[in-house]
Amino acid sequence: MSRAVHQITKEQFDHLNDGYNRALAQKNRMVFLGLVILMILIIASFYGSEVNAQKFIRNIWRFPTYFYEITPKLSFQNFFGDLAEWFWGLNKWLRQLGETLLIAYVGTITGALIAFCLGFLSSANMAVSQWSRLVSRRFLEFLRTVPEIVFALIFVVSFGLGPLPGVLALTLHTAGALGKLFSEIIENIDSKPVEGVRAAGGSWFHQVRFGAVPQVLSNFTSYTLLRFEVNVRGAAVMGFVGAGGIGQTLIEYIRKFYYSDVSAVLLLIIVTVMVIDSVTEKIRHSFIGKLER
Amino acid sequence: MTGHSLFGDAVGDPDFAKKYPQFFQNFWSRHKFALMGLSAGIVLYIFGWYSVGVSFDRIVSGVGKFGWIVGLMLPPDPGSLHLALVFLHGLIETLSMAFLGTLVAAILAFPFGLLAARNIVSNSVFHFAIRRFLDTIRGVDTLIWALIWIGVVGLGPFAGVLAIITADFGSFGKLFSEAIEAADNKPVEGVKASGGSKLHALRFGILPQVIPVIASQVLYFFESNTRSATIIGIVGAGGIGLYLTETIRTLEWRQTSFIIILVLVTVSLIDWISAKLRMTIIGQQGR
Repeated sequence: MSRAVHQITKEQFDHLNDGYNRALAQKNRMVFLGLVILMILIIASFYGSEVNAQKFIRNIWRFPTYFYEITPKLSFQNFFGDLAEWFWGLNKWLRQLGETLLIAYVGTITGALIAFCLGFLSSANMAVSQWSRLVSRRFLEFLRTVPEIVFALIFVVSFGLGPLPGVLALTLHTAGALGKLFSEIIENIDSKPVEGVRAAGGSWFHQVRFGAVPQVLSNFTSYTLLRFEVNVRGAAVMGFVGAGGIGQTLIEYIRKFYYSDVSAVLLLIIVTVMVIDSVTEKIRHSFIGKLER
Repeated sequence: MTGHSLFGDAVGDPDFAKKYPQFFQNFWSRHKFALMGLSAGIVLYIFGWYSVGVSFDRIVSGVGKFGWIVGLMLPPDPGSLHLALVFLHGLIETLSMAFLGTLVAAILAFPFGLLAARNIVSNSVFHFAIRRFLDTIRGVDTLIWALIWIGVVGLGPFAGVLAIITADFGSFGKLFSEAIEAADNKPVEGVKASGGSKLHALRFGILPQVIPVIASQVLYFFESNTRSATIIGIVGAGGIGLYLTETIRTLEWRQTSFIIILVLVTVSLIDWISAKLRMTIIGQQGR
């Protein structure tokens, strides 16, 4: 072992050492450069977002105070009475929560149906023509990039207040988000069944129906369920712009400082979101389980 | 060689149907549960459309009005150079909010991610408590956090930064802890076997494995936060969303479409840069 080291002459060793040091210095320079860029961006964004440490330190006590204020005053003697008073509007809130869930549900399903059609049109392997593929791709990108609440703002003006603009906004955004995922799934399918159908004389519709759909349906369902979770959260704030659901009530309570009502509605939303998450997770796992069997 | 059919024994067998009941069962009874679920879903879907107040008249007049608005949006026009600069400033606010919010959230969430990882802290009660704590924060939308922070630091982009920090803190805590739990335990054992302390095991055993994953997640969240920071102004927490809402409320549709295009271009640009950076990071991890 040691003899091998002795066989390297001083010049050779220096040469190698130099190379090593140079490579190391190069890497350090790159890291240093990255850190400098990061620092510049941080400082710029400090100014850009008007960070004010003084204001923050002076007012931070309001944050815990807010949570203290919205905590209901429950006494041990009159626990159920206090609980009933805390959730005084339970029926109304539950109805609005139901509306929120319906907005999310209808928006997700409709969006998924649109995404199903556009996903096939925009996939590389199942597209009808290059031209339709390009158009549907750009269209999906547009739907995906515009936030759903912006669609909701515009739809509220054109369709009037209420849950309908919320459903339409969620539909469009869901179509964009799922369309991309669907087309990626379609691009990853096994092409043999499709070729088989084509060889047996099937039309494009037959190829999609009997060659591609059986392969992608379980993945589609799983992604749609995942999107439903996201949309429940989205539907909960649709009311902020007047597009239905519980958001309208929530923003009113927050703006008017109805403290205990804020906590009651927030708690209902959080519990609903958690329940929906765990239920859809169960369903998704059972779907994946069926797929593997 | 005689032909061999799949059910060769069945030819002329009167008990064939009894032997293979699965092929003769009624389609409906075979798929009972799936069909019941499906029809319940369809009924709920139709009821949903009905209950959100959809009607033929409303759709036709709404679509007509929407088309009219789209017509008014063309061509996109900021109105004046001054307004264009104001919108650009809003865009810079939005990007700053997204950048700072994501970065600070990641830094704050990292220790919590460690605490919430089962292979670092193996107390199951503590694990459960901290996971539910992170879930609760995650269950509240960024817009709601923005409303709460506006009450603390007033209107403006600073409230937006704090809202993004709070909302992402929950998501990051969960994602980081999952990345840490998925880390390979062998490097940790190696460090411990050669006499390293727990801190050494963390630094040299776990961190090199999780840093690329975490960096890629942070970049991904920066992308998605650029989108949420564009709308956070709707409730008054700074950024371009404020101008977007204002131009829609005042029916200045040409300015609206200008802002939307500005946002689209920026978001696509950020997506592209971040995708490039993520590829670099994942590539390094692969090597």
